[in-house]
Amino acid sequence: MHIPDGYLSPETCGVMYAASAPFWYMAVRKVKRELTSRTVPLLSIFSAFSFTIMMFNAPVPGGTTAHAVGGTLMAIVLGPWAATIGVSIALMIQALFFGDGGILAFGANVFNMAVILPFVGYWVYKLISRGSDQDSRRRWIAAAIGGYVGINAAALAAAIELGLQPILFHTANGTPLYCPYSLSKAVPAMMLAHLTVAGFAEAAVTGGVVAFLQKAMPYVLDLRKEVSA
Amino acid sequence: MKNVKRLWIALGVLALLTPIGLIASGSAWGEWGSDELSTMLGYVPQGMAKFSDLWHAPLPDYTIPGLGETPGYVLSAVVGMALIALITWGIGKLLAAGEER
Repeated sequence: MHIPDGYLSPETCGVMYAASAPFWYMAVRKVKRELTSRTVPLLSIFSAFSFTIMMFNAPVPGGTTAHAVGGTLMAIVLGPWAATIGVSIALMIQALFFGDGGILAFGANVFNMAVILPFVGYWVYKLISRGSDQDSRRRWIAAAIGGYVGINAAALAAAIELGLQPILFHTANGTPLYCPYSLSKAVPAMMLAHLTVAGFAEAAVTGGVVAFLQKAMPYVLDLRKEVSA
Repeated sequence: MKNVKRLWIALGVLALLTPIGLIASGSAWGEWGSDELSTMLGYVPQGMAKFSDLWHAPLPDYTIPGLGETPGYVLSAVVGMALIALITWGIGKLLAAGEER
């Protein structure tokens, strides 16, 4: 889901930076208030976890690959705003040092994977887990479903950004200037990869780690309660 | 939070497992390089040709110069984690400075 440079027009990249900017601004403000020097080590851990989990490429029918992101997990433990910061850091390192995702496209990648993904995933998690105990089975199932929905929402956003390119930006004779595949190709391809493979990888990672934390380190899941108290 | 140290150890193990991610062949959809796209389409879109080489990452595609694909991938994971730890450590310092005030 890391859009490289050249797939989106500079105009689209500008719009996507503009779309991400208010989320960064709010995230920095919220994180200043919510995170303490004590919880930052966990931001480290989950950001590093997100970075690493994205390296596990899984095969997708049709010869492409896809991977989990770990953004919903970060949102559940540290809150969706902290997840925006944590995933953004991972994406920045990937773009700058490893050429995974573009520099111009960074705003778009942040919007998809560091904003849409954790927020949608977190909302779904909250909706399903509402009223359940911290150590209940409903919690980790809600986390798994949140992860699945979150990454698919992000994939849909990426597919729309890519699929709009040949419609909006082409030469006089209709040859695409950037991503050559329109919505009718981009949306089914991205959704196939994420509905069938990456979504389940994200569900397993999110639900699995939450279930592990419930058993082994329940206080990590209580951090959010402390913050709002 | 001494258990945080244990989580870093778990991440180290995860780094050692990353080569599993190399087994799947092919790029992710919409992440093909210009050469790959040129084979698929028979041309490289003009705008893409202009912007795709904008930035040259020091460790492209999680490879380390002079190292094989598998050790390079593992070391890339470690390098990435270290960079993230460094950045978040800086954020922690800033927050701690704010708390003292």
